[in-house]
Amino acid sequence: MTTTADAHPTADAEADRRIMLDRLAELEAEHAKAIAGGGPKYVQRHRDRGKLTARERIELLLDPDTPFLELSPLAAWGSDYPVGASIVTGIGVVEGTECVVTANDPTVRGGASNPWTLKKALRANEIAFANRLPLVSLVESGGADLPSQKEIFIPGGALFRDLTRLSAAGIPTIAVVFGNSTAGGAYVPGMSDHVVMVKERAKVFLGGPPLVKMATGEEADDESLGGADMHARVSGLADHFALDEPDALRTARSIVARLNRRKQGPSPRLAPEPPRYDEEELLGIVPGDLRTPFDPREVIARIVDGSRFDEFKPLYGPSLVTGWAELHGYPLGVLANAQGVLFSPESQKAAQFIQLANQRDIPLLFLHNTTGYMVGREYEQGGIIKHGAMMINAVSNSRVPHISLLIGASYGAGHYGMCGRAYDPRFLFAWPSAKSAVMGPAQLAGVLSIVARQSAAAGGMPYDEEADAGLRAMVERQIEEESLPAFLSGRLYDDGVIDPRDTRTVLGVCLSAVHNAPVEGARGGFGVFRM
Amino acid sequence: MTISCVLVANRGEIARRVFRTCRDLGVATVAVHSDADASAAHVREADAAVRLPGESSAQTYLRGEAVVAAALAAGADAVHPGYGFLSENAGFARAVLEAGLVWIGPSPDAIEAMGSKTRAKRLMRDAGVPVLDGTGAPPPLLIKASAGGGGRGMRVVRELASLDEELAAARAEARAAFGDDEVFVEPYVEDGRHIEVQVLADAHGTLWTLGERDCSVQRRHQKVIEETPAPGIGDDLRRTLHDAARDAAKAIGYVGAGTVEFLVCGAGRPYFLEMNTRLQVEHPVTECVTGLDLVREQIRVAEGARLTGQPPTPRGHAVEARLYAEDPAHDWRPQTGTVHRFRIDPGPGLRVDSGVEDGDVVGVRYDPMLAKVVAHADTREEALRLLARALERARLHGPLTNRDLLVRVARDPRFVRGGVSTAFLADFDLAGPDDPSVTALSALAAALADAAGRHPLGGWRNVPSQPQLKRYAAVRDGAVHEVRYRHTRRGPVPEGHEDVRVLSYAHDGVVLEVAGVRRRFEVSAYGDQVFVDSPLGARAFTALSRFPEPQARTAPGSLLAPMPGTVARIADVAVGDRVTAGQPLLWLEAMKMEHRVSAPADGTLTALHAEPGRQVELGAVLAVVTEPGSTDRESQSPA
Repeated sequence: MTTTADAHPTADAEADRRIMLDRLAELEAEHAKAIAGGGPKYVQRHRDRGKLTARERIELLLDPDTPFLELSPLAAWGSDYPVGASIVTGIGVVEGTECVVTANDPTVRGGASNPWTLKKALRANEIAFANRLPLVSLVESGGADLPSQKEIFIPGGALFRDLTRLSAAGIPTIAVVFGNSTAGGAYVPGMSDHVVMVKERAKVFLGGPPLVKMATGEEADDESLGGADMHARVSGLADHFALDEPDALRTARSIVARLNRRKQGPSPRLAPEPPRYDEEELLGIVPGDLRTPFDPREVIARIVDGSRFDEFKPLYGPSLVTGWAELHGYPLGVLANAQGVLFSPESQKAAQFIQLANQRDIPLLFLHNTTGYMVGREYEQGGIIKHGAMMINAVSNSRVPHISLLIGASYGAGHYGMCGRAYDPRFLFAWPSAKSAVMGPAQLAGVLSIVARQSAAAGGMPYDEEADAGLRAMVERQIEEESLPAFLSGRLYDDGVIDPRDTRTVLGVCLSAVHNAPVEGARGGFGVFRM
Repeated sequence: MTISCVLVANRGEIARRVFRTCRDLGVATVAVHSDADASAAHVREADAAVRLPGESSAQTYLRGEAVVAAALAAGADAVHPGYGFLSENAGFARAVLEAGLVWIGPSPDAIEAMGSKTRAKRLMRDAGVPVLDGTGAPPPLLIKASAGGGGRGMRVVRELASLDEELAAARAEARAAFGDDEVFVEPYVEDGRHIEVQVLADAHGTLWTLGERDCSVQRRHQKVIEETPAPGIGDDLRRTLHDAARDAAKAIGYVGAGTVEFLVCGAGRPYFLEMNTRLQVEHPVTECVTGLDLVREQIRVAEGARLTGQPPTPRGHAVEARLYAEDPAHDWRPQTGTVHRFRIDPGPGLRVDSGVEDGDVVGVRYDPMLAKVVAHADTREEALRLLARALERARLHGPLTNRDLLVRVARDPRFVRGGVSTAFLADFDLAGPDDPSVTALSALAAALADAAGRHPLGGWRNVPSQPQLKRYAAVRDGAVHEVRYRHTRRGPVPEGHEDVRVLSYAHDGVVLEVAGVRRRFEVSAYGDQVFVDSPLGARAFTALSRFPEPQARTAPGSLLAPMPGTVARIADVAVGDRVTAGQPLLWLEAMKMEHRVSAPADGTLTALHAEPGRQVELGAVLAVVTEPGSTDRESQSPA
């Protein structure tokens, strides 16, 4: 049976669309900061040295006319460090092979790593590992940002651990060294399967001339300690000696071409049908005010192949829409919040649906717009905790790839049940309309106020209503700010904020990426379902 | 007697041309081929084929006894020689006849009478036909091979000092091409027109003249464009030419199809040049206006049939252009390579006689003519318009050709006015102007076609930072065209083309809206060679790698082979000799032309990587001349 999602833009769509466009303009401005890197002066200085920028290196590495999904472009947003965190990461196609690519941005403080750089790089490694994607590192970094070393040094060891674990898992790692890669950074080429170094540019040593002089009194220069020529001819650390940057990237491409990679997941259906509804209309679906519910089928109809969506249990637990579809030819199970709240039937329906997807080896997409699990006497007594736990159990132990997309609210334990960040979805993206927090800002401020009022009453103290109003406003504002996608993206709580019109493409790249690893669901292996 | 099976002692388009008529007549066909031509089009379409072992013409198509043996082996009862090769070799004609085969051509005696150009001139002078005489004449002079044709062995001498050197070169070329090194000299008439008359005679005394052809547009003494009737000549001159041709043919008792060539000087006075005792390359224009099939007439005459009735009255105007694989802008350098696609859309009034089909290879061994394109219409203007457009729209995916030049000549006001001389191309802009907007749009189309189908999601970016960049070198002039475009949700958007919208793009074609006008571009890519055909004109590009190869290392003063070929001879120099700029060092033979390789500067010959007979590839280092002062760095370093 096929139900075709019926899609009719709401009357308010035009107003909602304008709000979305404003948010997209803001997003673009933030992305522009990441693209600008260290700013015109440092970019010019870099070019004057005959070097390519991080993004130019990536473009030259990738196959022409193939997509590149940049990950965490807003990393470090809202921190003391520049947006983008001095590194570019993403998924792209090199010689027909999907790879995770990372590139230090040497125009930002010499490409030095700050705590957000580290988080972003580790997230890229995680994606490479989970999806069995080769990792190509385009290295030029002055090492750790020393003033923040306390937040980098100890966790930073994971970078090198990841490289060798990727290698051990049979996932190729390639380091192309364009400049500095010294001290700890020397272990990036050191731990990689394949190493390319650029003539007279790469500098790879544990200790530079001053440190060597201090340590042993030896007089040595950069080239003899860690030049590309030395590493290619003497130490053997470089497998390939590149004459210049394009030559290095060409070499990296030929290395990837010889990796003999085959995707382990099933191939998609060829020539999938596009959706029957215009993706432009995705801008007008989510209301400017998230308290107004919207039908997620409107979204599904605009992202899945042929707008075909076969609903599972449409009459049971209607506040959660579940069903089957294909996206860019890949089979997909979709869970989407319809009226925000998750009740017991919705939770049980989700747990069943997730188990089915595992039996069928079908990846799952979670479309978030939830205010959480229902509260209240009736629901507590009805076992909402048990049922929510069933859903979280199913999500946690599911083995098929999960992709989460925050399109509206994602509050409370609903965020967990819908496969929030802590539940390791392979990818998690947000629309500019999304918000995520333990609860909505007004509710949170209201709860705080009630608690304070009760506390005052218990102590027999008079309650200062004026101060309460001020506190509520302040808390509401703070939570509102901390719920916004840029804030969450800045803290690496998602993999990026995307234009709703790009949803199908982003999901297509993600689904293609996850199919590099086997797609196999759990056969049993769930926790005890409390009945 | 009736001929039932014809062997064509030739290759390429003329072999195919003769086969076509044979098929029309129900006559079986036999091809001969060199090893290089084993899979050539003429071999593929013959009913039978016989291998002539070897590659050079001398080893194969010029070996009369082998050709006769082939005809006997394959059961042919007649031999058609085509043009060139053995077509004017009386000895071969005799051998064919002695083997009991029918010779589709004039008698060996007639061939002999006209075969030596020196003797032919004497004969014609005696018959009262005006001739040019070079004895004691002042320069400029023209050296010609007595046994020659097709421009080979011809050299212009402008200063008597260089006469001896040029005579030697002409002799060498003549020997290589015709097996006969006799050459002669005549005054070089620079502003003359080349007009020739087609004759057809049977063995019973009937002789028709079938109109004249103007073949004045020539390069290196080889015809490029031919037409009939000759534009702008009056009835008097026409009558004079036809009568002289008739007299010439009668004088030697000519039988079959033949051509009497004249040089008509500026004052309108015609001189006998030579008589070609065979079918001419440009015979199709005569066929178009007369409705005759000259090959059929040749066969009928060879069978002993009579020409009956009146010669047909020419109707309309026909123009032929010879499409060569060559680079007119670079000294007409012959081009080699695979012809991936060769297509000229058929249409009323158009005729294409081609020697190649899709996938054939144009090699270094033989004449680089790909095809003859002929347009026939009521008037000359219409015929030229049709010819130009057919050439412009031809899909020529392979080596560079003279197509653009032909189109520009066919549209050139001076040429369209009519009556140009053989010097016409000497001051013609051979490279021609480029229409940069068409080239840029074509490069854009090439880039977009390349982008199509690479990935189902295209070159999408969630954080777009820069456009896609592709670089194409135009084959005609090497100019590099950069194409930038961005992939957007609404498809690719080119940069630097504000008035261009991409309506659709696929690997084989792109539709652009340019300033409100919809334009379709066909794109064909073969490796890095990209051909873009559109009603705006055809463009060929080499797609440049995004990763430029490290610079090829060439020693200073290295002389590289300008084309693939064979080292013909070496000058009297040895390694260590002092040489002066411009001094000839060696001669390279390619496409039957001898190319001189001279010292680029004064200096010392420090290496010579050539000996006569050696095959060299394009770009091979032939010799190194070291200039004084450029000493070897290694030897300077302290021991």
